[in-house]
Amino acid sequence: MKKKNRLQLDDNGKLKHFLTIEGLNRQMLIDILDTAESFTSVTEQNIKKVPLLRGKTIVNLFFEASTRTRTTFELAAKRLSADVLNINIQASATAKGETLLDMLRNFEAMHCDMFVVRHADSGAAHFIAQHAAPHISVINAGDGQHAHPTQAMLDMFTIRREKGEFHRLNVAIVGDIRHSRVARSQIHALSMLGVEDIRIIAPKTLIPTEPDTFGVHVYHDLREGLRDVDVVIMLRLQKERMSGGSLPSEHEYFQLYGLTEEKLALAKPDVIVMHPGPVNRGVEIDSAVADGPRSVILQQVSHGIAVRMAVMSMAMQSHLRDAPGGQR
Amino acid sequence: MEIEIKNGRVIDPANAIDDNQSLFISDGKIVAFGRAPAGFTANDTIDAKGQIICPGLVDLRAHLREPGAEHKGTIASETRAAARGGITTLCCPPDTNPIIDTPAVVELIQRHAKSAGFARVVPLGALTQKLEGNAITEMHALKKAGCVGVSNAMRPIGSTLILRRAMEYAATHDLTVFIHAEDTALSDNGCVHEGAVGSRLGLPGIPIAAETVAVAATLALVEETGARVHFSMVSSKRALQKISRAKFEGQPVTCDVSAHHLHLTEIDLLGFNSQCHVRPPLRTQRDMEGLRKGIADGVVAAICSDHQPHEADAKLAPFGATESGISALETLLPLALRVVDDGILTISQMINSLTHQPAAILGVEAGTLSIGQRADICIFDPERYWTLDGYSMLSRGHNTPFLNWEMKGEVTRTLLGGKTVYECE
Repeated sequence: MKKKNRLQLDDNGKLKHFLTIEGLNRQMLIDILDTAESFTSVTEQNIKKVPLLRGKTIVNLFFEASTRTRTTFELAAKRLSADVLNINIQASATAKGETLLDMLRNFEAMHCDMFVVRHADSGAAHFIAQHAAPHISVINAGDGQHAHPTQAMLDMFTIRREKGEFHRLNVAIVGDIRHSRVARSQIHALSMLGVEDIRIIAPKTLIPTEPDTFGVHVYHDLREGLRDVDVVIMLRLQKERMSGGSLPSEHEYFQLYGLTEEKLALAKPDVIVMHPGPVNRGVEIDSAVADGPRSVILQQVSHGIAVRMAVMSMAMQSHLRDAPGGQR
Repeated sequence: MEIEIKNGRVIDPANAIDDNQSLFISDGKIVAFGRAPAGFTANDTIDAKGQIICPGLVDLRAHLREPGAEHKGTIASETRAAARGGITTLCCPPDTNPIIDTPAVVELIQRHAKSAGFARVVPLGALTQKLEGNAITEMHALKKAGCVGVSNAMRPIGSTLILRRAMEYAATHDLTVFIHAEDTALSDNGCVHEGAVGSRLGLPGIPIAAETVAVAATLALVEETGARVHFSMVSSKRALQKISRAKFEGQPVTCDVSAHHLHLTEIDLLGFNSQCHVRPPLRTQRDMEGLRKGIADGVVAAICSDHQPHEADAKLAPFGATESGISALETLLPLALRVVDDGILTISQMINSLTHQPAAILGVEAGTLSIGQRADICIFDPERYWTLDGYSMLSRGHNTPFLNWEMKGEVTRTLLGGKTVYECE
């Protein structure tokens, strides 16, 4: 754990890379949320730009397909006045025989300042942060089944906006928690911010090994788990869970774990429904709920921009501080 | 050539010797203890004051990478590292390239080992052709060429029927079957122990059941076939319990554990440390303690290095994409000594598990200091502290999670057939 701490933070204890929620602390998460709050006005004004990262080059290194995350990172970077390069690699470069490390060195040679990384291997962002030149910041945009910390922070931002506080909330996460980097990061963030009742709801095939170590309550019955919750987070169900023997069919899954208005009625009346997207309508969530009055799914997307602006500017600040003469 | 090794503490568990006395070598053989035999004039005298003299270590599992992966290691480079580790006999698994499924490959390995001259190499032959798990090999020919057992290395065996036939055929030729117990369907491309840490890091897990299911299936076939089976690198307490029960029932089974499984657990993976990427995976504290206790109880016969040298690039990738294995020859003895320091084993038990017992499993004449025996000897200073660093490592692979660890106990001299093959400054 210590190692991670050192890797993510600079000598002053400030954010240098943003790889996982683990190893950070409550105050840092609140700082991120507060900074994001200050950026929301930027995204709402007529000229949607601030000059904070002018002259900086940010590379979106996406080894896995993504629309939402990549686009919001790109928008966030542009609103901070940075130059953005989008690189979609999707395993083709490794097919050419180039290693991840070689590719990294090439981008370093182009004088980039920040890598936003999405990769199918857990630990990929850590690996890149460990081997990148010291002036480069790394932001994890999702690594394997490990972490997706900016998604978790935009979810926390949404919850805070809707609910105000964290500590009295009951939060349920429903779906494929075992294979979900989003769920892992959400659980760490929720517990760090003081949520005492975090529930995970899924059949045993989709519950992670030793869930107790995450400090969550496990439910296999959706109705039971939804009772009195303030926040429901639905996860996207990957189709390969059916072929892999984790689930029998989409039909049975929807019957047992799909969120419908009837099941949602068991939660608190002011419950909010969240989903990191993309949504499988009729698999994990009914359209009536996804588009209904309790849904904040689209707000999550807008908040994604402000939260990513916050994380990028904070991580870059650390380097501006460290660099001799303030710039590099 | 006549050599006297004097002033040292001689420990030879096979002969129940633990005594301060001199040892006399003539023509590469051990000829006497205590008093020099008549007519003995030492050409060379080795002063082993404050040191332990024991049989040269016998390692049940070391990948030498030759033939096929010489960029990771060669028979010469790795046996030289073995000599530094006090190891004089190494058993190499058949997953070289080409695979050890014909006498020609056996001969090549032995010729290269002999010309390097640092240690004896005894190969395991492939259990199935090309290790594909479908058809059994010419075990009789492999045995005649010098294979001391048969194994499918880490590769899966097509079906339990093939395994049964292979075991029957191996038993026909009185060959021990070395099993890496892993049900690959259950391990499902996992790369770490399926437990709290793997779950947290989002790394796909190998459940303990992958090991216990394979152990249980193999044990059922041992009952059926009477084949002699050795389980390599047992990693879980539960698998060990099953083996222990079978031994108690008198089944012809033995097992070993690797030295790193006695010191590392899943916790060491935190931070995605690829140097701790090993197969079978590092498991829990409870498992580690179970394995340690297993040696003390005699269920585990031997500690092996499971040496797997790699080039640096093999470990430079996100965790799941790295190759598994540790360069381990040079740390085998100090890591075993650490278990003695922790009060789990006596020094004699520890040496037994590194000498006589593994030699017995291989059925080779080694691992003892009996009169008339070849003088394969390890001399080490049990109190000397040293730090493992990449510069001084002799193995071509510097991939080890123990880099910069302070080790206690260092080999000062290794003799192979009475000839000094390693000497520490």
